[in-house]
Amino acid sequence: MKGMTLIVRTITDFVVGFIVVFGAYIVLYGHLTPGGGFAGGVIIACAFILLMLAHGKDVAFSKLGQHTAHVLDSAGALTFLLIGWIGLTAGYFFMNVFGRGEPFRLLSSGMILPANIAIAFKVGSSLFLVFAALATFRRKSFRAIIEDELT
Amino acid sequence: MENITPQLYTLLVFMVVGSVVAIETRNLLSAVISVSAVGFALSVAFLFLGAPDIAITQLVVEVLVLVILIRGTILIDNTAIESHRDTLAVVTSLIFFGLVLGFGAMIFGGAGFPEFGEPLMRVSKVYVQTGLPATHAANIVTAIILDFRAYDTLGEATVLFTSILGALALMRREGKTTRREVATA
Amino acid sequence: MTVYFLCVVLLTLGLYCLVAKKNIVKKVIGVVIMDYAVNLFLIIIGYKRGGVAPIVEPGMSPNVLEKFVDPLPQALVLTSIVIGLGVLALMVSMCIRLYEKHGTFDMSQISNLRG
Repeated sequence: MKGMTLIVRTITDFVVGFIVVFGAYIVLYGHLTPGGGFAGGVIIACAFILLMLAHGKDVAFSKLGQHTAHVLDSAGALTFLLIGWIGLTAGYFFMNVFGRGEPFRLLSSGMILPANIAIAFKVGSSLFLVFAALATFRRKSFRAIIEDELT
Repeated sequence: MENITPQLYTLLVFMVVGSVVAIETRNLLSAVISVSAVGFALSVAFLFLGAPDIAITQLVVEVLVLVILIRGTILIDNTAIESHRDTLAVVTSLIFFGLVLGFGAMIFGGAGFPEFGEPLMRVSKVYVQTGLPATHAANIVTAIILDFRAYDTLGEATVLFTSILGALALMRREGKTTRREVATA
Repeated sequence: MTVYFLCVVLLTLGLYCLVAKKNIVKKVIGVVIMDYAVNLFLIIIGYKRGGVAPIVEPGMSPNVLEKFVDPLPQALVLTSIVIGLGVLALMVSMCIRLYEKHGTFDMSQISNLRG
């Protein structure tokens, strides 16, 4: 799919970095302010979707390829499961074994911060992949339909 | 804020009217845009009901719902739909849904259901009192979904993974069998 | 109580659209409306009169904890919203495949085709 006009592309170049930083802020401070891994992951996916809509799929896939997105997706889900298994070694499944820290600081509350990051990777790359699959789907060409009829 | 009932009623009536427009209009693109308006009004309603986490999530998810639904409707050149009315289905569904509404009025008007604005909070009392001391997380909702009830979040991650996998499998260009047949032909 | 009843009305409208309409994209819109109605109902059940959002701030006195709205339905709805998005992606990909195979969105014509 091809991109859009020059005005849209220029504004996208200015804005897309800020969207990723804002999404990362919502993920990292999820245990102190409203937000968390789900909302932040969707915001980061929106940044990449904006890149794909404005510049076309080649530029977007050069920034985050399809194979990399599949790997990040699976790695996020497996990391979340691994955090649960670590709790199992010390007590029960999903027990909070990391250090608690002091309240109201960024590095606090045990395993909530790594779990938020894992969820954000998972949700963000999944939604970018599904949008890429929906948007770059080409209908069968006339020649392919004719060949299907003849064989 | 003290009394949110007028604002909540306004938003709910707006959502019902928007849904009726989305259901009955003939143009598919107008229906998709009306549904998105309902979603944005829902996000504002969540903010009035004291749920800022949910309001942020609903807002960004609504943007992606709009984008995906528009991708599904601009396939066809003419987005107007003809209506051949199937009277049996419509009449049956109207009778059935009248019964559902009557049932709902009976349940919610009767005794035993908690009033609007007085939740029972039998389990949540423990979560609210021990949320900060037990987990050192200031956001109680995050503490619930990632510490007290992290197993449910694992189930949710699995469901999301499976549905996205299904969507990606449906959108493949050719299946594996076709490639093998083409290769050996 | 009228607030609950309006939520049931919204749910019923979504269900009517799913059952009685022929166009498959209208059916998908019906599922989306039902999703909104259920999430709204869950959050409305947890609302406390004069309540504030359940976020603790530094230097907050302990009797503000009495004014928090119920955080448990919010935790359930948070995952439900993102799952709704995933299911919608699956449904729209099915619509695209159906359109490619049959050339129409009309369910009565699609179910009449044989072979």
